[in-house]
Amino acid sequence: MAVVTAAARVLGSSRGLGQDGLLLLRRLGVRGLAISHPQRQQQRFSSLDDKPQFPGASAEFIDKLEFIQPNVISGIPIYRVMDRQGQIINPSEDPNLPQEKVLKFYKSMTLLNTMDRILYESQRQGRISFYMTNYGEEGTHVGSAAALDNTDLVFGQYREAGVLMYRDYPLELFMAQCYGNVSDLGKGRQMPVHYGCKERHFVTISSPLATQIPQAVGAAYAAKRANANRVVICYFGEGAASEGDAHAGFNFAATLECPIIFFCRNNGYAISTPTSEQYRGDGIAARGPGYGIMSIRVDGNDVFAVYNATKEARRRAVAENQPFLIEAMTYRIGHHSTSDDSSAYRSVDEVNYWDKQDHPISRLRHYLQSRGWWDDEQEKDWRKQSRKKVRASLWETSAPGGVFWGAALWRTPEGWKVWSLGDTELGDLGVTPVMSLSGQAAWAHAPLPYPSSVAVAPCLPFAPLSLKRGTGVSISEGCVRIR
Amino acid sequence: MAAVSGLVRRSLEQVTVREAINQGMDEELERDEKVFLLGEEVAQYDGAYKVSRGLWKKYGDKRIIDTPISEMGFAGIAVGAAMAGLRPICEFMTFNFSMQAIDQVINSAAKTYYMSGGLQPVPIVFRGPNGASAGVAAQHSQCFAAWYGHCPGLKVVSPWNSEDAKGLIKSAIRDNNPVVVLENELMYGVPFELSSEAQSKDFLVPIGKAKIERQGTHITVVSHSRPVGHCLEAATVLSKEGIECEVINMRTIRPMDIETIEASVMKTNHLVTVEGGWPQFGVGAEICARIMEGPAFNFLDAPAVRVTGADVPMPYAKILEDNSVPQVKDIIFAIKKTLNI
Repeated sequence: MAVVTAAARVLGSSRGLGQDGLLLLRRLGVRGLAISHPQRQQQRFSSLDDKPQFPGASAEFIDKLEFIQPNVISGIPIYRVMDRQGQIINPSEDPNLPQEKVLKFYKSMTLLNTMDRILYESQRQGRISFYMTNYGEEGTHVGSAAALDNTDLVFGQYREAGVLMYRDYPLELFMAQCYGNVSDLGKGRQMPVHYGCKERHFVTISSPLATQIPQAVGAAYAAKRANANRVVICYFGEGAASEGDAHAGFNFAATLECPIIFFCRNNGYAISTPTSEQYRGDGIAARGPGYGIMSIRVDGNDVFAVYNATKEARRRAVAENQPFLIEAMTYRIGHHSTSDDSSAYRSVDEVNYWDKQDHPISRLRHYLQSRGWWDDEQEKDWRKQSRKKVRASLWETSAPGGVFWGAALWRTPEGWKVWSLGDTELGDLGVTPVMSLSGQAAWAHAPLPYPSSVAVAPCLPFAPLSLKRGTGVSISEGCVRIR
Repeated sequence: MAAVSGLVRRSLEQVTVREAINQGMDEELERDEKVFLLGEEVAQYDGAYKVSRGLWKKYGDKRIIDTPISEMGFAGIAVGAAMAGLRPICEFMTFNFSMQAIDQVINSAAKTYYMSGGLQPVPIVFRGPNGASAGVAAQHSQCFAAWYGHCPGLKVVSPWNSEDAKGLIKSAIRDNNPVVVLENELMYGVPFELSSEAQSKDFLVPIGKAKIERQGTHITVVSHSRPVGHCLEAATVLSKEGIECEVINMRTIRPMDIETIEASVMKTNHLVTVEGGWPQFGVGAEICARIMEGPAFNFLDAPAVRVTGADVPMPYAKILEDNSVPQVKDIIFAIKKTLNI
């Protein structure tokens, strides 16, 4: 009886203790029960019959030699709500979201797509050094972001801009980060797509793969201790799941019982490495049970499937303080980044299939159209509008007179040029420094350890200066030297 | 009768650093069956920076191996293979990611020969791009010369031009010790003339020997990797003003060829070190300390000076990045200050 009550506490009191419950309980063993609980005491001193006593596993004996065959032929099934044409398959799984919300899904995904195109072009034009697109994976971002609370903490890898887009991160800030201009919250320190936003609870992207996984677990543990009613979601690709940090993260999330959602975007490629070379098991979802983690595999290009799975995972992660693993199957339609040309390792036909036949945006559009919430006219209109929006924010960012960290755009007779400050005293330039030199040094957290006789490259990043328009002063190239 | 037979036509070929490393690896793969290359994207993709272009096509899956994404994993596998008698070349996409495997590099590769009393060699090569690139910010731009140069048990080399790159990778592969080869991404595409001697299959650059790239009398300028080119540029500018710099290309970080530097300082009486890495506990710091401990100290007419990268994580914005690495004008400034000009 006591066991049942305990189980009910673990599983959520609204659920009865059905067959699944008992199975879960057996697998849980005595998890969730206090050390002093009689059931726990009982386990240790077993009866006289010949049952295994090993502390390491809760199992029966078997006298037949049999290796467990990893099941990769028919692996964990893929949960979906819509078919490829955007039609609901099982009406009871339709989340029945209001029109406004579904339109927000659609607009977020398409705006992201538009922004991706324009920023990719920017890199090709030499305006930014690097960019990574999100083509084909918009559904995974928006579906999961929509299922979370706005205060839930997000740890991303680098291909989750849609999460920020859904949380209404302004286009200007996306641009500012990529361009490293004065509006950049990161002050021009990070390479493009390494977004971070404190107000939107999106932890700044870090380049080394999978390092965010144990960090996310730690954050979730902190949320649990604070009783914050908050979940942490941790995104990573199927390639990053090969890193040692992923193993440590999963194991700790389970043993420390953290309210965390591990969201794996399995998009088929890690740069050029296909999944067949990345792992031999049944994807990432199959690893979850190995750690004692509730796991599911979903169709990542079905935004409702992603939404449903994330919503339920969130509810239970917080209620039961346990981790969940969602493996969203999708396809990376774009190149890995602007440094990659994926035609070197995959066929154009393959890419076209996903672009034309199984794209999260078109599937949602078909759904919208079948509900009468969208039509071709609105589509045309919205495309024009979103392009205009992105272009406007781009112009704001790279416009003449704009100020970049450490430099300025200045008008000269030959046209707009980027200047750095020369060795002259700032006063000569007719400029108003935002911060005094000593203030800049202090702010840069780097003391001035080297006397002027030591020529350390004058590196201290300095605050932007507000320059008077139209002064037409010619500034020699160079940099501010701290004396 | 013209001594035609005495004429040696030295055919100079333009070879990029990338091609030089590729050639070096190709020749060693051909020479010794035990040599193999592993890392992320090294096979069909031809390498993340195309350094292993064509090798998978030529040698196949058994010699050129793509690994899953786990630096710790594949570095460990490579170390194990080396212990078992193979000669792996372990490529890190950049040395920044080697931090995820550093336990394997130091605790397993570097220390094992000593800890086993000489019984267990680890003939492994760790290679990849090191140091600053362009517009890739802090986590892709750190220089690891000082980190790896600190550890006994490792040999650490840092090539500058194609001749260095080819000769050093070959020496590294033939060396029975763990060798860290710190390449430079920005140098990969730079062509240099390779003499016919350097083009031969047995051309080796000895590990532990620096090269004097330019003779001079007024000041010794010591550097490694890409900054060597900047030092030579600075020397060209200064020679117009009558200052003759002796530029030394270290080639090897560990074991450091301090003798060449000492001999040069005893001749010129002035020393400037130039590196891309951070100043604290860096390569320049070690050079200065050793000069003080050796005979060359008494020949110095001015304190030795270090020109280094800025003591900050590499920023992304172009103008900030440019000012975070030593530029030619900084080297000139340091040289003039040292010479009190």
